Amino acid sequence: MPGLMGRLTLIIKAKFSKALDKAENPNETLDYSYEEQLRQLQNVKRGIADVTTAKKRLEIQYTGMQQQVDKLDGQARDALKANREDLAREALTRKAAVQAQLEGIMQQGQQLEAQQQKLTEGERTLSAKVEAFRTQKEVIKAQYSAAEAQVRIGEAATGIGEQMADVGLAVQRAKDKTEQLQARASAIDELTTSGALDDLTSSSDDIDRQLSQISQGGQVDDELAKMKAELGKGEAPPQQIEGEKT
Amino acid sequence: MGEGQFLADDALRVRLDELDDEVARAVEAGDERGLWSGLQALADAVREGGEKLSDEDLRPSDAIIPPEDLSLDEARELLADEGFIPDLPIPS
Repeated sequence: MPGLMGRLTLIIKAKFSKALDKAENPNETLDYSYEEQLRQLQNVKRGIADVTTAKKRLEIQYTGMQQQVDKLDGQARDALKANREDLAREALTRKAAVQAQLEGIMQQGQQLEAQQQKLTEGERTLSAKVEAFRTQKEVIKAQYSAAEAQVRIGEAATGIGEQMADVGLAVQRAKDKTEQLQARASAIDELTTSGALDDLTSSSDDIDRQLSQISQGGQVDDELAKMKAELGKGEAPPQQIEGEKT
Repeated sequence: MGEGQFLADDALRVRLDELDDEVARAVEAGDERGLWSGLQALADAVREGGEKLSDEDLRPSDAIIPPEDLSLDEARELLADEGFIPDLPIPS
């Protein structure tokens, strides 16, 4: 069994020589190669921009899920205050489910971040190589015989072509991965907001509604208490009255 | 992959071949963790032992190290056919 490294190298080389075989005349090869390089460099740049956009979108989704976690946490507290332990438990169960997913997505997002930096570096290297090729092709055109130019330029073009394929593949992979993460985040988001996750964790219905009622109820109680406090001694506890009796 | 070119001396080449064999064995055994640690070892060996080529150097590479996060499925695909590598644009 051949190694992975050998296999990948063979495939990339085969693909590239197929692309290069099309141009026969050395001068044509030179100019064609250069134009092709510029075009591919644009593709790489566009690919990196796509990865960046996709990652931003992922960050927004991530923030949304974080808010979901905070909300569930608040609801659990409110439920507990209202002596509804069953609802509190439900809210916490959901919170744990979202949180677990959230952590997975964050970890992979961090790996993507590192990959993205490498890609940007790769793009910079490619730009430098393409520029070096532009200079060399003029020298080669002026100094060498057609046959020799063909060999030299073929080599340089192959070198760049391989690098281009290499970086291009890395960009494609990063893009695919970001989109996968996004799709996963969207799916979880949809599940939690539509309440479909209930079915997995509990058979009770309308939990979300009950939870938010408790939150709202709690809010009303809080405000009532605050108002009473503002109005002064209106809220003297009944125990005191009983105490006076004895 | 995607990190530029490095110059490898003979000793490093031997080491890379060994590591590459280990990676292939991990794929055969269906061991994804082994695959990842093997790929990581390959990339690290080049980064640490290789000499980074200048950006102006236009030489073709003798070998291309696969991405470190290659999945087991992708690795199998790579060994079986060419499906995993996208086609390069071919001039008309």
